[in-house]
Parts: sequence; C-alpha cells; structure tokens
Amino acid sequence: MPDRGSSSRPDTSHGFGRALVAVYAVFALAASARSIVQLVTEVESDTVVPYALSAFAGVVYVVATFALARNHRRLAAVTIGIELVGVLSVGLLSLVDPDLFPDQTVWSDFGMGYVFIPLVLPFVGLWWLRHSRIDAPRRPAEA
Amino acid sequence: MTDPVAYGIAVLALLVAGFAAWHVVRDREFGNPLFYAVCVLEIVLLVLLVGGSIALSSTSRDVDGILFVSYLVTMVVIPPAAVLWGIAEKSRWGTGVVVVAMLTTAALSVRLLGIWKGAYA
Repeated sequence: MPDRGSSSRPDTSHGFGRALVAVYAVFALAASARSIVQLVTEVESDTVVPYALSAFAGVVYVVATFALARNHRRLAAVTIGIELVGVLSVGLLSLVDPDLFPDQTVWSDFGMGYVFIPLVLPFVGLWWLRHSRIDAPRRPAEA
Repeated sequence: MTDPVAYGIAVLALLVAGFAAWHVVRDREFGNPLFYAVCVLEIVLLVLLVGGSIALSSTSRDVDGILFVSYLVTMVVIPPAAVLWGIAEKSRWGTGVVVVAMLTTAALSVRLLGIWKGAYA
C-alpha cells in the first residue's frame, strides 16, 4: 500500500486514528473492567439487564478498538454504529427512568461520568472512517 | 493514600499531557525529553503501586481492595502501553496517544482517591 503521507494514509490506525484507537482502548478497558467487577460482585436478579447491557457496552468498545487498530472498516462501522445507538438510547432511558440503571454504566446520562466522551466518540469515529477512506475525494462536489 | 499524593500525581500526569500536547500542536515527533518525562511518571506510579498496596493492607478503612489494586495496576500499565502504541506512529498523532494516556492517568488518580475514601460505595 503506497505511503500517501500521514494525513491521508488510508489505514484507520495511522495518523489521527492512532490517537483515536488509544481513546477507544481506554473506553474498552473502562467499560469491560467495570462490567466484570459489577457482574462478579454486585449482580442480583433484578439488576441483570442493566449489568448485561454494561457488559455489552464493554464488548462493543473492545471490538471497535480492534477493528480500528487493524483497519477492519466494515466491522468498525458496525460497532461504532451500535455504540452511537447505545449511548443515545441508554442515555435517554437513564434520564427518563433512573431506576432502570441502579448503577453507573459508561452510557448512563449520555456518558456524563466520563465527561461526555462516550457521546462524542462515535461521531468522531464515524467521521474518521469516512475521512480515512482510500477513495475519499479531496472535496467532493456533492449533489 | 492522601489528597496531596493523588492530586500530585494527577498534576504530574497533566504536565506530561501538556508537554505531549505541545508536540502535537508543533508537529514534533516522539522525542527523548517526552520519553523521559513519561519514565519519571512511570516510576512515580510504580511507587504508588507499592505504597498503595501497603497502605491498603494496613488501613482500617473499608476500601474496595480489588477495585483499588486494579486501578493501581492499570495506572502502571497505561504509560508503557501508550509509548509502545505511540512511538511507532511517525506523525504528530504518535504523541497524541501520550496525551490521551496522560489525561487517563490523571483521571484514574482522582478516581483512585475516591475509591480510597469510599466515595463510590
């Protein structure tokens, strides 16, 4: 693959993507580690669903990190899409009905406990996937 | 585990983050001064791991031990992981990785203090 300079290299794990993968890795760790602790120490029958959702969030971040780091674009797009839907729906539900989520997850209150990075991250991720495409035209004249 | 320790480490991590951010803004590659700065922080974090573990074993506080030690270990692992991931990138974003890692370390340090005080129990 030809080297087209750091700003337009088509690999999702280079250039800006290098730092983006680092952010994803942090959230993969934060979400999955937290959910493991929750599942091992705190789970009870009436809290299975929120904790399972928390674990699901962890898996989504782990897969997204892997996909971005290894340049698996389709997988990255799918997981980041799920992440976007997840943070928006869980964020909304946790505000509408706080009892649904008795314990914090990364997506509660639109990720407020993580200075709203979980809310911003999927948008940045999707932008980066689009921006780093091999066939991305410089300035497309869109209809 | 006291306020000066936790906030001192957070400030140190933020200083390294600022130094790394300067690299990003000025489009500098990963250099020796930044590497040494991360090394200094890493040594402090190793001391924190040992000191924190000793403090945990001797305290009468009701601290969530597993959570506390997992934070200590995570903080020790992050800087070398960031250097390994960032140093291979020959652009400004290699040091961007260090910015992310140092901000994370600072946040973990503050949360560690919260765990010590039982703020999340």
